Amino acid sequence: MPHLNQKKLEELYTTANLIRQDIIKMLLNAGSGHSAGPLGMADIFTTLYFHILNHNPKKPLWPERDMVILSNGHICPGLYMTLAHAGYFPIKEAIETLRKLGSRLQGHPHRGVLPGIETTSGPLGSGLSQSIGMALAFNLDKKKNRIYCLMSDGEHNAGNTWEAIMLAGKLKLNNIIAIMDRNNIQIDGYTEEIMPLEPLRDKYESFNWHVLEIDGHNIEAISDAIDEAKAIYEKPSLIIAHTIPGKGVDFMENEYSWHGKPPNEREAKEALRQLRTLQNKIECE
Amino acid sequence: MLNGSAKLNKKIFLKNVASRPLRDGYGEGILEAGEKNENIVVLCADLTESTRNLAFKEKFKNRFFEIGVAEQNLATVGSGLGITGKIPFISSYAMFCPGRALEQIRTTICYNDSNVKIMGHHAGISVGPDGATHQAIEDIAIMRTLPNMKVIVPCDAIEAKKATLAAAQIYGPIYIRLAREKTPIITTADTPFIPGKAYTIWNPKIGKKPVCTIIGAGGVLYNALLAAKELEKDNIHVSILNLHTIKPIDKKAIISSAQKSGCVVTVEEHQIMGGIGSAVAEVLSSEYPVKIEMVGINDSFGESGTPAELITKYNLDKNSIITAVLKVIKK
Repeated sequence: MPHLNQKKLEELYTTANLIRQDIIKMLLNAGSGHSAGPLGMADIFTTLYFHILNHNPKKPLWPERDMVILSNGHICPGLYMTLAHAGYFPIKEAIETLRKLGSRLQGHPHRGVLPGIETTSGPLGSGLSQSIGMALAFNLDKKKNRIYCLMSDGEHNAGNTWEAIMLAGKLKLNNIIAIMDRNNIQIDGYTEEIMPLEPLRDKYESFNWHVLEIDGHNIEAISDAIDEAKAIYEKPSLIIAHTIPGKGVDFMENEYSWHGKPPNEREAKEALRQLRTLQNKIECE
Repeated sequence: MLNGSAKLNKKIFLKNVASRPLRDGYGEGILEAGEKNENIVVLCADLTESTRNLAFKEKFKNRFFEIGVAEQNLATVGSGLGITGKIPFISSYAMFCPGRALEQIRTTICYNDSNVKIMGHHAGISVGPDGATHQAIEDIAIMRTLPNMKVIVPCDAIEAKKATLAAAQIYGPIYIRLAREKTPIITTADTPFIPGKAYTIWNPKIGKKPVCTIIGAGGVLYNALLAAKELEKDNIHVSILNLHTIKPIDKKAIISSAQKSGCVVTVEEHQIMGGIGSAVAEVLSSEYPVKIEMVGINDSFGESGTPAELITKYNLDKNSIITAVLKVIKK
């Protein structure tokens, strides 16, 4: 990837901010859905779709594309809005139809109905396994497509996740780059209280993974980490991205109660006010 | 009498009738399918030999993947391959896959419409001494309720091979139910096998009208044939329909056979609730209601024992089928 100059960086931060604003609007319209995760992952979604990925929004089934597998399907408002901003489908459709009857934007992502969705997901713990299947298929066909598997920290409670971590390590699948949204919350509370996960780095390393750890809101760091992961040839890579759930909206940040609910009108108004203030700051810098 | 046009094994009623496990037919089928199509891959969960995948593994090393004792991973890795141009056949004991991996099969294979073929080995109580923990007797019911899923229950090793080869050619999720024990060979290579098309294996003697249709699938059809032959001696004439594809179900064949005979007995090595009998009843109750007796396992688990002992104890033997026929024709 070309190095990120200041101008490009500012563009990316601005895009991430606009995506966050539209996520708030779409969740308000939907009346249900998840707020914290999509806001927390907006910088990573933006970096992937506007800087990293080999993809073509006008040809979503282009055979040479990189694939994003959203294992934690519930944060799909973030993915949907990023896909819309990237040009896969109209932003208006994303804002107005999420979770509505007949919509292409299902409550959890569904392959085949919406351009850019590579697999059906939602029930936690199966995205990495599906990524392995895709990685094996590409290897058999001697193709260079990469798979970016986005996972939550909470889904590391699930046995299926660890079955996949073990297998990807065994098979040395260097075409998989997993990115863990390490935001420390899940529905019932803080991850380390529900089911302690640490030391995650050691666990992955002992399963033959290359592990990187970054601030998931630092776009330069996200980009650099992915560049490093791409250069690792002997094993799959995991990027532990420390993120703030609800990032950009002070009353949502780090509050696990915002995991699974949308803002009401008053909260959305305040969230948009805060995000617009941040946007002005980015543009003035 | 055996239906001549089905070209069945003429030695089926001999004492020393040839028998083979259904899984052997799968093993031959997957090898042949693998030779024909390089997109076919096999995934196994630490049961390579007993699921008859060893020959494939040796012949196509790079297209065989050992997943370990992890059936949820087996299903979901299969899902990823199946949406990326491959045709994965995933093998385990039916109790574990589909048994343990239901949600993964539902979401990532069926809803996702991934091209995965699920081989449920060692299904039914006839797996024997291993006991109830290893006897999958709910799998047909569960698999047939999943949208996009097709369900095939072959009756012998030859049909299992045909089903395997057919599955390789049809896009989408397919569940094939296989059994461990040697099962009498009912069909021949010439017996027509078309997925979704049931066919008659037993007819009344020429000039006689059937008083009952036996509809079933799997190895237990052999017991149905024994029952039909014995009933024939007493001048009770039935038809037997091999309903090898449970889904999509052959409504036309079921309705037309019920119209001819006026009542039905269903047979399956599976729970009565939700299984083949239920599937047949779903068709007939709305299209052509007739009396039905269902031979199957009646809301219980199995146990350890020899296959023959279990088939008798759980009322899936010849005599149980005869009793069911006599009961339904008197109703």
